[in-house]
Amino acid sequence: MPPVLQPVIQIEDVKKIYKMGEVEVPALNGVSFQIMTGEMVAIIEPSGSGKSTLMNIIGCLDTPTSGKYILDGVDVSKLTDDQQAGIRNKKIGFVFQQFNLLARTPALDQVELPMVYAGAPDRRQRALAALESVGLKERVHHRPNELSGGQQQRVAIARALVTNPSIILADEPTGNLDSKSGAEIINIFKTLNRDRGLTVILVTHDPTIAAQAQRTIRVRDGLVVNNGN
Amino acid sequence: MNFMESVRIAMRSLSANKLRSSLTMLGIIIGVTAVIAMLSIGRGAQAAITNQINSIGTNLLYIRPGAPVQNGVRAAEGSAATLTMEDGTAISSVSNVVAVAPEVDSFGQMAYMGNNTNGRIVGVTPDYLNALNGSVADGDFVSSSNVTARSAVAVLGAGVAQTLFDTGEPVGQSIRINGQQFRVIGVMTAQGGTGFLNQDNQVFVPITTAMSRLSRGGRFGAGNSVQVLNVKITGPSAQTQVIQDISQILDQRHHVVQDDFTIQSQQDILNTASQVTGTLTIFLGGVAAISLIVGGIGIMNIMLVSVTERTREIGIRKAVGARKRDILAQFLTEATILSLSGGIIGIILGALIARLISGIQLGSSSISTVVDPDAVILAVLFSAGVGLFFGSYPASRAAGLHPIDALRYE
Repeated sequence: MPPVLQPVIQIEDVKKIYKMGEVEVPALNGVSFQIMTGEMVAIIEPSGSGKSTLMNIIGCLDTPTSGKYILDGVDVSKLTDDQQAGIRNKKIGFVFQQFNLLARTPALDQVELPMVYAGAPDRRQRALAALESVGLKERVHHRPNELSGGQQQRVAIARALVTNPSIILADEPTGNLDSKSGAEIINIFKTLNRDRGLTVILVTHDPTIAAQAQRTIRVRDGLVVNNGN
Repeated sequence: MNFMESVRIAMRSLSANKLRSSLTMLGIIIGVTAVIAMLSIGRGAQAAITNQINSIGTNLLYIRPGAPVQNGVRAAEGSAATLTMEDGTAISSVSNVVAVAPEVDSFGQMAYMGNNTNGRIVGVTPDYLNALNGSVADGDFVSSSNVTARSAVAVLGAGVAQTLFDTGEPVGQSIRINGQQFRVIGVMTAQGGTGFLNQDNQVFVPITTAMSRLSRGGRFGAGNSVQVLNVKITGPSAQTQVIQDISQILDQRHHVVQDDFTIQSQQDILNTASQVTGTLTIFLGGVAAISLIVGGIGIMNIMLVSVTERTREIGIRKAVGARKRDILAQFLTEATILSLSGGIIGIILGALIARLISGIQLGSSSISTVVDPDAVILAVLFSAGVGLFFGSYPASRAAGLHPIDALRYE
C-alpha cells in the first residue's frame, strides 16, 4: 500500500431524486464518503434502491441530482452522456452480477471490447495478459455458453481490468455463483488488490462478502450510517 | 472505433442471424434485380430503335412539303402538293448529295390467292435502294424503265412476302394491291424493326405507277407531286451546308421567300426516338424502384427488432465506454452492409435475368436488353442509400438508449 493515501473517489453530499410523474422519490439523501487508491472497500446496503443508485453514480452511468463526485481528480458529477462514456472507458472497470458478456463472442474479443472503443494499441496481447491474470489462459477462444458461471465472471473481470482503470466496481459479483466459484472470484479481487494495488469496490447486500473487504461502508435509507473508518 | 472495426462487428452480428439477415437482404435483392432488369429492357429498346434508325442510314435528309394555307386555315404538315419529281432532279446536282429518292406512299391491302395483308405502299424510283440502304434478296428492284413505263410491278417487303406466300416463290406471281393486278419482280431483304418502324411490312412500286394507278382514294399527291424527297448525303459534316443549298434551290424553284417545305435529318428523328425510349426507361426503373423502397422498409423493420433484441448488448457496450456515435455507426454499418450486399447480389441476378429474357420473341419483334454501367452504379448507390436512410432511425434509437435501462433490460 502506498505510504501517502490519495482519495480516488470523493463523494460529497450526493443526492439523487427520481421523479415518478408528480411524485419525487428520493434514493440518496446526501451521501458523503471517500475511497483511497489501493483500497478494497465493500458498500453494503441491505435492501432498497439506494444501492443500485449509488452504484450507477459511482460507475458514471448516472449523474447525481446534487452534490459532488470527484473520481481520480476529475469532477464527474455533471458530464454529458459521451463524456461519461469516456470516463467509464478509461477509469472504471465493471463487474456485474449477471456477468453481462456479449452473446456468441469469444472471451478474447470480450476482453478487447473496451480497448476497441478506446482505440488502444496492442489489444490482443493486453487481452491475453488480462485473461491469463484471471487464470483463463486456456479458455481464450471459448464463448460464454461454453464457460461455467465462475469462468464467465472471470472473463468479465479480465474485461474490467484490461484498461488499467482507476477503480473496479463490482455489483454483487458472486450473486449468480455457487459458494465455491464465489469464493474464487473474491480471491481474484483480493489478489488483484494486493499484488497490483487495484482499487476494488464491492457493492453487495451480503455481509459475508462484505467481510472480505478491508473496510465496509454501510448505507441505509439513502444515508451512510457507517463509513467503516 | 474505426471503420473496419464497425464492419467486423456488423458482420459478426449479421452472421449470427443468418436466416433473418438473408430474408432481409431478399427484399433489397428483389428490388435491385427488378431495377436492373427493367432498366436493361428499357435501354435495350432504346438501343434497338437507335440501331434501327441507324440501319436506314444517318446520312439521310427528308424533305417534305409544308402545310398549305387556304383562307388562313393551315392544313396538315406535308399535305401541300408543292414538292415535285423535278425538284428532286434539281437537288441531285447539289454537291455532297449522293442520291435523291422521291417517294409517295399510302396504305392499302395486298392479296394473293387466299392470303391478304395490310401495309404501306411506297412509290419509288431506283435511287430509293441506294438512298435508304435497302437490298433485294430475290429478284430485282424497281428499274428506271419500270418508272418510265408505269409498269404494274411490285417489290415485296420480307414481311409481306412471308404473309402472302409463306415459303412459296413470290417472284413472277401476280398479287392484287388495292384490287389491281401487280406482278412481283423482287423481294427485299428482311430489315426488322418494330411498330411504325417496321421496314418489312411494305411493298414498293414504281413512283409513276403509284401516282397514276393507285392515287384514287389514296393520299398520293396530285400530278407529279411527291410526299417525300429522301436525300442521301456524303456525311454528317456536310449536312448543314447541304440543307442550306437545298433550301436555296427550292426557294428559287418555288418562287417563295419563306420555305414551303421542311428538311428533317435522320439525327432529328433519332433524338426524338431516344427521348421517347428514355422516358420509357425511367418509367420502368421507377416502378421497379418502388420494390426497392419496400425492401428498405424491411430493413428498417428488422433493424428495429434487432435493436430491441440487443438492448442488453447495447447496454454492455455503453458500460465499457461506447459513445453514441459508436453505437450509431455499428447499426448503420449493419443496415448498409445488408442493403449493399443485397444490392450487389441483385445486380448479378438482374444482369442474369436480362440475359435470359434477351431474345425472347414478342410478336414480330424480340426483346433486347442492355445492362448499362451507369444503371449498375445507380443501383449500388441507391441500395447503399436505402440502407443508410432506413437504418438511421433504428440506429439512432439504439444510440439514444440509456445504459442503465439497457443493462437492466431482460
